Amino acid sequence: MTIIEEEIGAPHGGEAHHDVEPKGVLLWLTSTDHKIIGKNYMYTSLVFFVIAGALAMLIRTQLFAPNNHFVSPQTYNELFTIHGSMMLYLFAGPFAFGGFANYILPLQIGAPDMAFPRLNALSYWLYLTGGISMLLGFLTASGAAAFGWVSYAPLSNATNSPGAGPDLWIVSIMLVGFSGIFTAVNLVTTTFYLRAPGLTMFRMPIFVWNMFVTALLILIAFPVLTAALIMLYADRHLGTHIYSVAGGGMPVLWQNLFWFFGHPEVYILALPFFGMVTEIIPVFSKKPVFGYKGLVFATLAIAGLSTGVWAHHMFTTGTVLLPFFSAMSLLIAVPTGIKIFTWIGTMWGGQVDFKSPMLFVVGFIIVFTMGGITGVLLASPPIDFATHDTYFVVAHFHQVLFGTTVFAGFGGFFYWYPKITGRMFREGLAKLQFWLIFIGFNVTFLPQYLLGLQGMPRRIAEYLPSDHFTTLNRISSVGAYITGFAFVIWMINMWISWRKPIPAPANPWDGHTLEWATDSPPSHHNFEKLPPIRSQRPVWDMNHPEAADYKASHNGKRAESIEKSETSR
Amino acid sequence: MKSERGIYMLVGIFFFVVMVIYFLWSGEASGSIMLFAAAGLGVMPGLYFSWWVRRMPLRPEDRPEATMSEGSGAVGAFPSNTIWPFVLGMGAALTALSLVFGAWLAVVGLSFIISTALNVSLESRRGGSI
Repeated sequence: MTIIEEEIGAPHGGEAHHDVEPKGVLLWLTSTDHKIIGKNYMYTSLVFFVIAGALAMLIRTQLFAPNNHFVSPQTYNELFTIHGSMMLYLFAGPFAFGGFANYILPLQIGAPDMAFPRLNALSYWLYLTGGISMLLGFLTASGAAAFGWVSYAPLSNATNSPGAGPDLWIVSIMLVGFSGIFTAVNLVTTTFYLRAPGLTMFRMPIFVWNMFVTALLILIAFPVLTAALIMLYADRHLGTHIYSVAGGGMPVLWQNLFWFFGHPEVYILALPFFGMVTEIIPVFSKKPVFGYKGLVFATLAIAGLSTGVWAHHMFTTGTVLLPFFSAMSLLIAVPTGIKIFTWIGTMWGGQVDFKSPMLFVVGFIIVFTMGGITGVLLASPPIDFATHDTYFVVAHFHQVLFGTTVFAGFGGFFYWYPKITGRMFREGLAKLQFWLIFIGFNVTFLPQYLLGLQGMPRRIAEYLPSDHFTTLNRISSVGAYITGFAFVIWMINMWISWRKPIPAPANPWDGHTLEWATDSPPSHHNFEKLPPIRSQRPVWDMNHPEAADYKASHNGKRAESIEKSETSR
Repeated sequence: MKSERGIYMLVGIFFFVVMVIYFLWSGEASGSIMLFAAAGLGVMPGLYFSWWVRRMPLRPEDRPEATMSEGSGAVGAFPSNTIWPFVLGMGAALTALSLVFGAWLAVVGLSFIISTALNVSLESRRGGSI
């Protein structure tokens, strides 16, 4: 393969390029290399994650005691709004499809870069400026947005939420939304047009499949949100009445539009992490993935169904078709269950090695399954009527989202950390971090299910001693502090890895997919040489020719002819 | 290319069927329109790929037994370092922030956007360096 640099008259090839490549901040500002942009995304999203996590600590401190006045009710509203918005829009999504997808996807399909490198760079700058815009809200006179990450009308109109903070929130989500759309276009094009020879669609790693399906979902969902935000802005400043009853509009229209984005968004956040999990389990079980095609079609089914369930967030509005949305929501449990069974099936009978990435993945399966099962409960309207807007729902979606973005996300982070940085992390500290998060997380959120069933509403800044919510809230807050401390351990781990580096080999885990066929970190245009691609695990085939996957093909003749052609080359 | 077409058509047909069921059952307009648009998002690129599938031979990445040498030659033209995506990003952000802080900011933002448009055009001719 040849890569053409766009410099006319200049010598081509990676070596010549390295000589002119700027360093430091200038590299950060000017690079169009998917690896640099991927790292920018990843580090930026982790900074947002730490900020949003710190906001969560403030929220839990406020709820530690009844009648607490640690923060004012208005500040509390701002805290949970920005906590949710940052975690969902600025951390969970961009960490996965901005950071991991950018860095890993081209490597896994043997591509030299993303299909549109300049557009890729632009996506990052829109994301960064969008994120900063959201935080700017705290510096305005009226404070940041305080209407929850869902921004329901009519609470979000100019009368109920005046000031620049809500407008900054709207602008921020628009910028981040465009960034996501551009990244999705890039991911789809890269997957369709830049695969290496022999890497057919049904040989692609499941991570690539999941990123591709996520990109399709982004293209379906984000334009709807952007349109809804433009109408919200028009209602606030241009005198329209799209979401207000007074002018003949419909507040519930906002909910329809928002959740048409919002529910696929949950899967936009979850699917990439499912992909990471599906990469990690086979490697640490020393087996090929179990049920490859089942996983691919389960991913497509989840994506399809997720777009037909938006109104299960609106059961209590009394304006939606309950049987339709309940049935569609229950159906999603089927492909999701298929995934969980295939993950367990991959581990079954394998030589499972519980290194830290695998530990995080096992933690993910436990936590996510619990969150998924309570999701099935909530898909039933009678249960939803009783628990809607209580801490039961808060516990449910934190189990699902924290399970995917943090457990699976940090599994992926530690799995690819050697490839991305060229350094190893300290295994003992990573395991300590896992156990602290696992214990802290469950201590935080399991009591919240009970609080919800006892009737504690979400989004309240204070409760009374006579409500009898105090003990469970205290346990929950202590769990949150343990979880917060786990991330201090993570930062120490990263610091030690940075200051006292242990160089990482090209393939420290005996990985199966193409990113492990190049150096750690990869050179400028990724690959000096690609191994032949004859199965879903080309690097495994190269490193273990005696147990190569294509030899186990059901088509004996084909396997034989492949072997002949490989030996003759 | 056949798999790619298949996925898009599958997405389009699925949403179309869901849209018909939903519309007939609920009679609700906003959700039906969104589902219709989602069906279009699948069918339009699906038809485009269908058009191409019949006009082009299988690519090396579509054939399971293709060798690396079959993929030799130019993959594509990739830009080297360039400052203009950053300038465009800042321009777009400032223009968007003019919705909050006033139209004056759009003047600054648009000047960034226009300068990017000019310079990226020139950059393509001149070469990709900053």
